[in-house]
Amino acid sequence: MSVAVDKPGGPALARRAWTGFIRRREASVLVVAIALVVYFQASTPLFLTDGNLRNIAQATAPTAIVAVGIVFLLVSGEIDISVGMVAALAPYLMHYAIDFYGVPAVPAILLALLLAALVGLVNGLITTRLKVPSFVTTLGMFYLLYGILLTTSKAYPVAIPSSVKGDLQTWLGAGDWASLSWCLLVVVFFHLVLTRTRWGLHTISVGGNMLGATEAGIRVNRVKVGNFMLVSTLGAFAGLMEAFRINSIDPNIGGGTRITFTAIAAAVIGGTALAGGSGTVIGALLGMFVLAVLQNGFNLVGVSANPFFLIQGLAILVSMIANQYLSRLRRAGGS
Amino acid sequence: MDALRVEGVAKRFGALTALTDVNLHVGRGEVLGLLGDNGAGKSTLIKVICGFHRPDAGRILVDEVPVVLRSVDHARSLGIDTVYQDLALVNELSVYHNMFLNREHRIGPLLNNRLMRRLAEEHLREMGVDIPDVTVEAAKLSGGQRQAIAVARSVYSAARILLLDEPLAAMGAKEATIILDLVADLKARGDVAIVIIAHNYAQALQVCDRVAILQQGRITFDRPTAETSVAELTDLMVADYRGRRRAAGG
Repeated sequence: MSVAVDKPGGPALARRAWTGFIRRREASVLVVAIALVVYFQASTPLFLTDGNLRNIAQATAPTAIVAVGIVFLLVSGEIDISVGMVAALAPYLMHYAIDFYGVPAVPAILLALLLAALVGLVNGLITTRLKVPSFVTTLGMFYLLYGILLTTSKAYPVAIPSSVKGDLQTWLGAGDWASLSWCLLVVVFFHLVLTRTRWGLHTISVGGNMLGATEAGIRVNRVKVGNFMLVSTLGAFAGLMEAFRINSIDPNIGGGTRITFTAIAAAVIGGTALAGGSGTVIGALLGMFVLAVLQNGFNLVGVSANPFFLIQGLAILVSMIANQYLSRLRRAGGS
Repeated sequence: MDALRVEGVAKRFGALTALTDVNLHVGRGEVLGLLGDNGAGKSTLIKVICGFHRPDAGRILVDEVPVVLRSVDHARSLGIDTVYQDLALVNELSVYHNMFLNREHRIGPLLNNRLMRRLAEEHLREMGVDIPDVTVEAAKLSGGQRQAIAVARSVYSAARILLLDEPLAAMGAKEATIILDLVADLKARGDVAIVIIAHNYAQALQVCDRVAILQQGRITFDRPTAETSVAELTDLMVADYRGRRRAAGG
């Protein structure tokens, strides 16, 4: 007969570890991500293969980069639904600069990013100065950019300019792991910005208590405008990366609102509050990973693509409910 | 020499007149109690002095030099710091991040969290405020603890003019004593001018050198505490209330 002996401190250590875990905003989505990986690997041996992981990485990376910007904007209490159209327009801006005005490749890419930042600036100024709700501002901007895109491109896809082809294209998206590498770089950098810098602290303050932040002397409009510019620039970068990867500049990059809504879904699933004040970049990456794994896993196990949106909708609802529950646990757990 | 002088300040919000020809002054090492009913304009006056609102008329002098306060940051740079009635705390941030909000210690671009944690613990210990863990979110604190953090934030900001907008609201007896003792210590130091808004006249008389009453946007009473009493202050406030009721009724 064996006798179970409690090690001194064992249960307390486990309790501390559990409390520490549930205090993390990414906790619930991490559990879901691991469960999905285990489930799909058990269902099909193709899941954890090099080729399939590359597929997931390429599907995840551009939207995850947009989600990083969306996290900053949501945390500061605003939203941008025009970012998908910025992603679609940016490769065309590069193409126009190179093929119509003879701008060299790298300055043309930088110009596209700069113009995207300008779109963010306009969104930010309209929202903060003219007090137009950001949903409405960016809805208007979405259609405005869509009109510019269709008018100037005549809705035709074009080839990647020849001056971009080669190493530049490989490094910026066409390489096997290029998009994932950029994505991880962006995630790590902006995770540090949100959690370890003044800008991150002020972003949380502005979304958490705008009056309090103003009274503390924080320039709330500057923080908000900055985050509008950030999300637009990251949207443009994601669009350029995707164009380099598919080796074509297509007005359907980003699928209209698809990239925007998927990025918002990833941020929300990852624990970012729509009301502002809290959110995590790592959580958004995990949220995006969950959505990509779901879609990829369904394909592999032979489930029709049609119910995917049903599952995505349920994932958003379940994750929100789980986040509410974990938030209550965090508060009850106290210090 | 007055550390802070307010001359003829007026402020309107649309059709509403919040302040009319307000004059007050406070010197270094002096505590001025600002009393008044709800809606009398006390918080508006504090927000004008701290650079949050711009006055429509009048001027503000710091150390006898006229200043145009462009922002809260600008006022802070002149040594004016404020504890707001709403406390200006961010629930989602830790205690120590709240204490150093917008004057964070940094190493290069990164926050120096270790230093801010240590300083927050030291400041709160010096104040006698019991907060076991400064890394917890402000949302988890009691009303008194939140007030104490807001006060500590301003007190340790090296302010030369400290504005306290109802710092004793939501405080238990012990916590109120901590704040009153802190104000007394600052007064004893002699280099800080303090304006404190209070509803409890006994507490105001206990710690203030002078009291001023703001009624319907005007200063109607300004006298050393030695020359007044709780009873007199109460009578003045009641008389004002009755006067306004009569005016509204007829």
